[in-house]
Amino acid sequence: MNVAAVLAQAPVASANVGAGETVLFWVLAPVLVIASLGLLFVRKAVHAALLLAMVMIGLAVIYAAQEAPFLFAAQIVVYTGAVMMLFLFVLMLVGVDAADSLTETIRNQRKISFVAGVGILVLLVGLVLQLSRNGQGFPAAAGLEAANGGPGGNPAGVARIIFGDFVLAFELTGALLITAALGAIMMTHRERLVPRTTQRMLAERRVREGTHVPPLPPPGVFARHNAVDTPALLPDGTASELSVSRVLRARGQDVPASERGGDVAVIEADLTGRTSRRVTGTQAPEDVAVDGTLAPVEQTAGEDER
Amino acid sequence: MTLANYLVLSGILFSIGAVTVLVRRNAIVVFMGIELMLNATNLAFVTFARQSGDLSGQVIAFFVMVVAAAEVVVGLAIIVAIFRTRRSVSVDDANLLKY
Repeated sequence: MNVAAVLAQAPVASANVGAGETVLFWVLAPVLVIASLGLLFVRKAVHAALLLAMVMIGLAVIYAAQEAPFLFAAQIVVYTGAVMMLFLFVLMLVGVDAADSLTETIRNQRKISFVAGVGILVLLVGLVLQLSRNGQGFPAAAGLEAANGGPGGNPAGVARIIFGDFVLAFELTGALLITAALGAIMMTHRERLVPRTTQRMLAERRVREGTHVPPLPPPGVFARHNAVDTPALLPDGTASELSVSRVLRARGQDVPASERGGDVAVIEADLTGRTSRRVTGTQAPEDVAVDGTLAPVEQTAGEDER
Repeated sequence: MTLANYLVLSGILFSIGAVTVLVRRNAIVVFMGIELMLNATNLAFVTFARQSGDLSGQVIAFFVMVVAAAEVVVGLAIIVAIFRTRRSVSVDDANLLKY
């Protein structure tokens, strides 16, 4: 009798989740889990944000499969559209390369956290499995065919509940959103304590201080590189730190001093070789082709020196 | 496959989000962990709605989304305010109340 009841129930339970949905689940679930694990392990916050956006889009697809088309749209618009946009915006604002410090302020925090995470996982999954084992498999789903079948479909059904049972909560949500927006404006607003320095004030200060009256030297006038990360060469052969953007130096993206030294030697060798050839008047045209990067700028500089 | 699969997936995502909150030091990534946990609970709500044949679960998930949006706005504003004064987004650097 019992077996017959189970057999009668089983097709109903599997009919709820169609073959297409099963395939969708088994394709999406590993992607979601791997992407969210990436959130835990990637070094850069931007990568974490993109992985989280992926998780959210995957969840939206799952909502669509779970007879929730309204939440599918809301998930895409609210989460991947608004929330992740805001995350990326703030990431760009505070600096993309804000690195994670790897020092543990609390001893063994990482190990304890992983143990706690496994504990939560065992608790939640165990609960679900317990629920499915208690009876004869997981209880059959009622399905939303009836609820979604009304006029207007799923969105209208959701709206009927929001503006029916949950109308007070809905109004409070409006108040919450207004308060949150005002709070964000309040917290990011900065009162100006000193008057704004104008361009004229900056120019006057520069003349008064007298250290750097003309504009700063431009970068990349090395003969072999013209990228902005290469500092300009001063007349005595040293590199001018002022010529490289402060931001590049702070990020450590400028060309280090060791590489610069090699360049100077190579250029000097080039210059001496070239002048000696010019003196003997045997400058082969293919040499110019090989040293194509040695622009006319470098030649005039060589002539000025000598 | 039954709806239990969705609940297990939700549990896995929730625990990964919780560990992210506990382990990562970058305040923005910690926030992303919270978002992941909220999304996992939403998945559970949607699954329960289907399980019981009642759209209330989807409505609750919708409210979770709205509250999460408000929370993100305020939280990120706090992070920006802290970044302006301390030039850092590491949760270890916001320790003025400790001393």
